[in-house]
Amino acid sequence: MKSRGFSAGRVWAMLLRYLYILRSSWPRTLELTYWPTLQMLIWGFMSQFLYANSSYVFRAFGVLLAAVMLWDVLFRGQLGLTMSFLEEMWARNLGHLFVTPLRPYEWVLSLLSMSLIRVLLGMLPAALLAIPLYHYSIFSMGLPLVAFFAVLLVMGWALGMAICGLILRQGLGAEGLAWTIVFTISPISAVYYPVSILPDWLQHAAWALPSTYVFEGMRAVLFTGTFRADYLFAAAALDLVYVTLGAAAFLFAFHDARRRGALLQMGE
Amino acid sequence: MVELAVKVENLVKHYSGTVAVDGISFAVGRGVTAALLGGNGAGKTTTLSILLGLLLPTAGEVQVLGEDMLRHRYRVLPRMNFSSPFVDLPHRLTVRQNLLIYARLYGLPRRGERIERLADDLQIGEFLERPAGKLSAGQKTRVALAKALLNEPELLLLDEPTASLDPDTGDWVRSYLEDYRARTGATILMASHNMGEVERLCSDVMMMKAGHIVDRGSPEALIHRYGRTNLEEVFLHIARRSRTELEPVS
Repeated sequence: MKSRGFSAGRVWAMLLRYLYILRSSWPRTLELTYWPTLQMLIWGFMSQFLYANSSYVFRAFGVLLAAVMLWDVLFRGQLGLTMSFLEEMWARNLGHLFVTPLRPYEWVLSLLSMSLIRVLLGMLPAALLAIPLYHYSIFSMGLPLVAFFAVLLVMGWALGMAICGLILRQGLGAEGLAWTIVFTISPISAVYYPVSILPDWLQHAAWALPSTYVFEGMRAVLFTGTFRADYLFAAAALDLVYVTLGAAAFLFAFHDARRRGALLQMGE
Repeated sequence: MVELAVKVENLVKHYSGTVAVDGISFAVGRGVTAALLGGNGAGKTTTLSILLGLLLPTAGEVQVLGEDMLRHRYRVLPRMNFSSPFVDLPHRLTVRQNLLIYARLYGLPRRGERIERLADDLQIGEFLERPAGKLSAGQKTRVALAKALLNEPELLLLDEPTASLDPDTGDWVRSYLEDYRARTGATILMASHNMGEVERLCSDVMMMKAGHIVDRGSPEALIHRYGRTNLEEVFLHIARRSRTELEPVS
């Protein structure tokens, strides 16, 4: 039996578990695509209205639609990770999992993989539906879209790992944070408006977030057709810092849970 | 010299001011079925959790199957397993899916064959495709046992293995465990409140109270030592006396 060091087989085993869970409940699968599609519909109609009444949207019809879809990458990236994590908490399964040779980092890798799958399942139908409905394709952004997607996904993972760490520390009483915490950074991420709208003091906080660089970069691509590589590098560097902090918070909380005996007791 | 499956020295566990385990030491030889016996809060589950690597002790040393559990638990986890009726398998997955995932986590070859063989042995074949949450208590126990035996553990830790089972199913599980130990030479260490079960299965019983091992011996030796007719009377005798009236063995 394999036991020493990293095992892709164990990561796959955990990923398989989350895929089985997803497959076992069609309402949950539907929910994955429901909100992104609904958001896209609302903001698509809003864009059609503003296109005729706002110079901001007139400059690029897709600016609001692209923003809402990219914002969902961050939100769904974080939520996709924490939901899989919460499945284990609700099932009181940590005691079973960690008497196997599964390493905490292998579990985290499976959570990240599942997060990517959930994001793609949620975003692709909405993005494809926008093409016939509004004659707008987010894919027309080309390669910058891949960069924006990656930065936001990794930021979602950083947040998700920190939240999972907090839930490991505080128990399921902190579960609500999984749904709400990402919205606290929404106003300063300049998702729907330029960062220059924010007060000066808040702009400093905004530029500390990778998401701000993505949305400013997105507007640069859509309004002027230029790709701001400097924004991408800054966002990637910040992502690296945050994902390291998120992983450290999670692994510290896991170690602390072993010290407190929470792995056997954790659950509803 | 007896080869040891478990060796614990001066094990201490404090939870924010509460002493759960207070400096216990014991060893269990390979191939033995041993029990930790004691009332609620005696420290049985805490001791098992530390042996499983789920809980870090405050102090002490733990060796499992010749490895230092606190430093090298990943060397030994593939060789041991655990079952408890208080830790369910995920409800929405079928029994087969659950077993398949654990088989993969243990890196087992020929997983399908192994699951089929266990399904035959433990008579769970008819509900392999049923969600784990829709099983009766007896069925869940058999499935939990199948999960615990997937990797043919050399050391099997059991927490109340027959709790909430009817006498017939309980008897069936006990027979299966006896057979497994005889067939494989595995070591079984269980925490239990069921005195009849311990008398039947175990050759070595450690009586725990308030984080200490207050007595130890075979069921027959303990019954004889306290002048009682069965282990339940010994248990009650120990449970109803303060710890200072009893002379700890560790």
